[in-house]
Amino acid sequence: MIVRRVVWLGVMIVIITALTYTLFFVIPGDPAVQALPRGASPQTIAEVRHRMALDKPVWIQYLYFFHGPDLIGNGHASGIFNWPPNLGYSFKNQQPVLDTILDRLPVTVSLAIGGVILWLLVGLSVGIVSAVRPRSVRDRTAMVFALVGVSMPQFLLGIALLYFFYFTIPIFPAPTYVPFTEDPLSWAWHLVLPWCTLALTYAAAYSRILRSSMLEVANESWVLLARAKGLPRRDVVWRHVVRPALSPVMTMLGMDIGILISGAVVVEIVFGLNGIGNLAIHALTTVDLPVIAGTVLVAAVSVAIANLVVDVGYRLLDARIQ
Amino acid sequence: MSSVAVAAAEGASVPVAMAPSQLRAVFRRFWRDRVARFSLVYIAFVIVAAVGAPLVALLTGHPPDDLSHQYEMTTEFGLPKGPNWALHFLVGADQFGRDLLVRTVYGAQISLLVGVASTAVALVLGCAVGVVSGFLRGAVDGLLSRTVDVVLAFPILMLALAIRAVFGASLWIIIVVVAFATWPYISRIVRGLALIIREQEYVQASRALGASDLRIMWEHVLPNLIGPLIVYGTLIIPVNILLEASLSYLGLGLPPPTATWGQMLADGQAYYATAPWLIAVPGFALLSTTIAFNLVGDSLRDALDPRTGQATL
Repeated sequence: MIVRRVVWLGVMIVIITALTYTLFFVIPGDPAVQALPRGASPQTIAEVRHRMALDKPVWIQYLYFFHGPDLIGNGHASGIFNWPPNLGYSFKNQQPVLDTILDRLPVTVSLAIGGVILWLLVGLSVGIVSAVRPRSVRDRTAMVFALVGVSMPQFLLGIALLYFFYFTIPIFPAPTYVPFTEDPLSWAWHLVLPWCTLALTYAAAYSRILRSSMLEVANESWVLLARAKGLPRRDVVWRHVVRPALSPVMTMLGMDIGILISGAVVVEIVFGLNGIGNLAIHALTTVDLPVIAGTVLVAAVSVAIANLVVDVGYRLLDARIQ
Repeated sequence: MSSVAVAAAEGASVPVAMAPSQLRAVFRRFWRDRVARFSLVYIAFVIVAAVGAPLVALLTGHPPDDLSHQYEMTTEFGLPKGPNWALHFLVGADQFGRDLLVRTVYGAQISLLVGVASTAVALVLGCAVGVVSGFLRGAVDGLLSRTVDVVLAFPILMLALAIRAVFGASLWIIIVVVAFATWPYISRIVRGLALIIREQEYVQASRALGASDLRIMWEHVLPNLIGPLIVYGTLIIPVNILLEASLSYLGLGLPPPTATWGQMLADGQAYYATAPWLIAVPGFALLSTTIAFNLVGDSLRDALDPRTGQATL
């Protein structure tokens, strides 16, 4: 199964990056001209075009993405199959793309880790509490919040949180990224607002899913059997309802974490955090192909890995799949 | 994005064929729900506001891109001013002295148009791919399902940017981009339902009578999908409205000076401390509209499948 997955991941990366290159070449404009100051001589432009590999056909440039020559002339061949792997150099600042991505990755990963933990805690507990007593006051109140949560645009919630908890009542500091290794406490404190923004919108979705999934499982025969055997209600709920009801939650978690690692774009922009999402948007708006291709690669790989982890999780959780 | 998946996971009901009388019963159950009725009225109000946007502009005397009040409606530091009833600025102005209320009702046009039209496109495409893939199974299903996987993993923002760069940022382009982002979810849901329907007795009976695949899909599979599709359609409209707003917020939607809620919120963020109405007014419009659509969708689901409202644990 793992082998098939890895092969499919490879195919997916090829398709998606190929699409990226194709799409990019439909976009008008010459990156070499844009990278140079105005009035650059034709020789300079030609030289830069050569260094960017723009003088080659698209498919050659695409092949260079995997295995290419040393275009810049600094001793490092381009291409992800060379050692050390190289994702090329940014058209804009000539920095190695891999370094830039690795530089931004901690921000996005920190955002994702805290966000995921918080939203799972909130979402799952609210979902369970709601499902245990459907149509009670508690359930209805929770579901009203969940409804607002799924209807809420992340940027609106982010701005609102900034307004109330940074500007009006200054509890939290201006969101910046403090490296975890430098000061873990300050790292967390600075990320509370972005985490809450992520967590509240996602938790709403998760609690709704878990609630309806639990209510569906409640009709299954094994739940009736467990009840008939006289198991305590707590055991019935936890072992026979919550566990199988988690499958749809896991599916979604895989997708969401994958997408999150490839950049929580909106949250990063609202709070001005320099993560992968911010990098991707910046590269997109400045038509910086090597960086775009790099971020697309990160996205595909992280989605695939997250899905793989989720599939393994399934097997541990749901006895039926074994 | 995850809300599409919510819709998918929540409405896991087995499809049922709908006779006209049943549809009436569903509608009656739906209409009995007070919250749903109120939401429907609210949506009607938003539609009226969107259609009547030129009238609002006429009554206040401020067209949506009217810059002539910049002097009166901004402070000496260039900060936007709040409501000024004497000048007919009912909720205040933005940093260019444009009427916020007028721009918000114009923004409703874009949000509703994109939300509804892109949902329609996504439903047609997702439904076609899902039915073919789930009904035929085999190699066709494999190919289509893998395509869906690729589309789901493909960064939608990049597509938005590339399409915009080539075709320009028109309303239709935004609709296509948004529809492209949501159709795979619909396709997955429909495929799952089609897998169930193809095993039903009436499909086997029809096949035994010699009906072609195309005919079975058209006469048996599609009609049985109508119920779930109405529910998903309603639940995906707010998702698409949010998606359009996010694109506009990131500067990948319709270009200025077109008034869109996402763009207005992005502009307003710079002044959120001194002019919070720039966030509050379009923010309320956006949030209340998506809530209303979600409420209607939830209620439709309960009406179509009364069991979901009565489940106990």
